[in-house]
Order: sequence, then C-alpha cells, then structure tokens
Amino acid sequence: MSVETASAPAVQESKKEGLFSKKNRRALSDPLDDNNPITVQVLGICSALAVTVQVKPAIIMAIGVTLVTAFSNLIISVIRDSIPGRIRMIVQLVVVALLVTLVDQILKAYMFDVSKKLSVFVGLIITNCIVMGRLEAYAMSQKPWPSFLDGIGNGLGYGIILVVVAIIREVFGSGTLLGFKVIPQWAYDMGYVNNGMMMLPPMALFLIGIYIWIQRGRNPKLYNVS
Amino acid sequence: MHSNRYTFIYAIVLSVVTAVLLAFASEGFRPLQEANIALDKKTNILHSVRLDTKKRAEIEQIYKDRIHEMVVDAQGNELSGVDANAIVLKDEVAKPAAERKLPLYVYTAEDGKKRYVMPMQGVGLWGPIWGYLSIEPDFNTVYGSYFDHKGETPGLGAEIAEKPFQQQFEGKTIMEADKFVSVYVAKKTDKIPYGPEHRVDGISGGTITSKGVDVMIKNCVEPYLVYFNKLKSSTGE
Repeated sequence: MSVETASAPAVQESKKEGLFSKKNRRALSDPLDDNNPITVQVLGICSALAVTVQVKPAIIMAIGVTLVTAFSNLIISVIRDSIPGRIRMIVQLVVVALLVTLVDQILKAYMFDVSKKLSVFVGLIITNCIVMGRLEAYAMSQKPWPSFLDGIGNGLGYGIILVVVAIIREVFGSGTLLGFKVIPQWAYDMGYVNNGMMMLPPMALFLIGIYIWIQRGRNPKLYNVS
Repeated sequence: MHSNRYTFIYAIVLSVVTAVLLAFASEGFRPLQEANIALDKKTNILHSVRLDTKKRAEIEQIYKDRIHEMVVDAQGNELSGVDANAIVLKDEVAKPAAERKLPLYVYTAEDGKKRYVMPMQGVGLWGPIWGYLSIEPDFNTVYGSYFDHKGETPGLGAEIAEKPFQQQFEGKTIMEADKFVSVYVAKKTDKIPYGPEHRVDGISGGTITSKGVDVMIKNCVEPYLVYFNKLKSSTGE
C-alpha cells in the first residue's frame, strides 16, 4: 500500500486526472477508516454523543452532515482563490450557514414531517466541527471535485461511527432497533433489564473510546498517530 | 495577501448575496410553509381523537366535516365572533386562568358521539412544548392525546411526540369525584396521592420535559371545567 501512494502523485500530475482516479478514490475512502473524522481526527464528538441514543436520528444526522459537508466543500473550493485570507473562516461559516438554512427552508416547504424531526439537527450541523475542519484542511487547497468527494467521505465516516454507536446504545439501552423490539420478552421475564447507562451521553464517549482502541489495535497505519 | 479594500468589498458582496438569496428563499417558500403549518395543526387535532391519516385531502375533509371550532371563556360562556385559530395560545397561557380565552375543538364521530379537544401550551427543557388532549362526553375520561415540541433532546425529551408515550393517556381520568386532579406524568418510583388511573410514566432521561407536560396539562385543562360543568348540567348527565 505505501509503495503505491508514494508513486501515485507523480503519475497523476502528468496526465489529466480521471473522475475516479486513485487520489480521488482515496479522498472518498480514507475518512471511512484511516482518517476517520471522529476516531482519528477527533472532530464532531459533541454531536456524536448527543444523537446516538437511537438509530433513526443518527442516520438522519449522518445524511444531513454528509450533504452539508459535500456542498460546502464544493462551494468553498470553487471560490478558494478569491477568499481573502484574513476573513476566510467567516466566509466559510457564512457558506455553511447559508446551505443549512436553505436546506431547512426547503424541508419546511416540501417535507414538513421530515423537517419537524430534523429541526434540532439542522441547527447542530452548522456547529459541527467536521464541516469547518474539512473546509480549512482540505477544500481551501484542493480542486472542487476532490473536495466534494472528501466532503462525502467525511460525512460517511462520521455516519458510520454514529450508526455503530447508536445501534449498541439502542439495543442495550432500550432493547429496540429502529423502534422495533429485538430483545425478546422471555429475556425480560428471566430477569434481564435494559442498561440505563446506555441512555446517558457518557456511555457514547466510552463506546467511541472502545471503538478507537479496537481500530488502532487492528490498523497498523494508526500505531503512531497522535 | 489581499488588500484591505478587496477584503471589505468581498465581505460586503458576500453578505448581500447571501442575504438576498435567503430573503428570496424565505419569501418564496412562505405560502407553502404556512399551508403546512395550518395542515399540521389540523393533523395534530385529529391525532388527539385517534385519527392517524396522513393524506392531505382526507385531513382537510374530515376536519371540515367533523370538527367544530369554538371559543369559550373561563366563566363557561361561549364567545361568538372569535376565531379559534386567531388565538395565540402562548399569550393566553401567560394570563391568569380567569381571563383566558379558551379555544375548544369539538369532534363528532360517525356514530354521533362527541369528543372535546383542548389545546395546551407549556415549556419543556429547551423550549416550548404543546399538545392536544381530547376527552369523552363524560368530561372525565381521556380519549386521546398529542404532544409536540420545538427542540427537546432527540431520544429523550423528544419522545413525548411519539405514539407510545401518547397512547398511555388513553382511558385515564382527570377527575376524582368532583375534584380536578389531572393526569400525573411521573417517574415509576414517584408516589402520587391518587390511583393508577391518574398517572402515566414519564420518560427516562427526559425528566424535565416530562414535568413540563405534567404542569402543562394541569395548567391548560382546568380552566375548561367550568364550561364542561355547564354542559353537563344542561344535558342532564
């Protein structure tokens, strides 16, 4: 793997880059594991604690963040050369807030039911560290298309952690999955009880910690991170 | 490095462009959004009388045919010429109970049986909560309920907007002999001075929201009793 990455950039410089060249594919796939926004970059922890009590809000939040990260990355990347350096963070924030507000308005007009469920999350997306983090770290210095892919990749990487944590918390905390009962009644009859700790935010922190532990134990690239 | 001039112009242009975009979006979507809000209110009222249809036309039709909107005051008089939908519940709840205008939605089922739907408004943990409670013509038994919220924590306080919480209210009673005792929203371990027909389980992890619902029901239902008593005595029940 490491040999390929070392030689890849030189080859791509000479030819016109394909839509799904190796570099672009990596922009999309790296954040899923090797460069995961939550477990490796340690961004977006706050919302990961707040919305993982149940699977459904976690999925909705993941979709929202993916869309916003992708499109704000795209827009910022397109205008990156014109942005004055001294106010770049403000410009980034304005673009993110614009996108989030537009999404909110459109949902309210055309998908009112969804918007009622989403209203809390939409506001949270603006403050999600991943969005700003990717704009600063990637979109400000990369072309639009790779930036767009990077946004999608980071959104999905965030989503994976959210869903994994939410599944564990919902199954052991409430005995349900997406609202359906998964722990059979006979288990309760025999004295099984739901773990109330799972309902509380600190449990998400423990679960993410365990996830990071397992991930670093298995992925050699992460041995010497941080 | 860009010049100061460039930076200022850039900031101004960016602000104006985004402001114009958002203004257009807000104005353009407003009629649709307002229609949605009006429809949502009707849907919620129907929810509280156990009607769960999602189809727009059906909701409008049922609402038109079966719901009668009226306004009463705390002395039990029907107020004529007041539009129930024009009343801002938040302002009414802030007044002393005796001065409130009380919107009431009367639902007539297909078998002719009436149910009385009372709108409620209160506060949760992060912001406003509201809902509708419908009671049977005995003015005691709860027929159904609906709750919603502005921004309670998803998975915790926000559970008041879910069916399992709302269905608990069905068949509970709000009166003990002739005294109003409401339905308590309490923790499983909490002791209340009345029997199980006056309590529902609050939400684990959503204690403050649950308490908000408890207070909201007590605060918003009681003023209607004078009018209900009048109806009771006039029909001779």
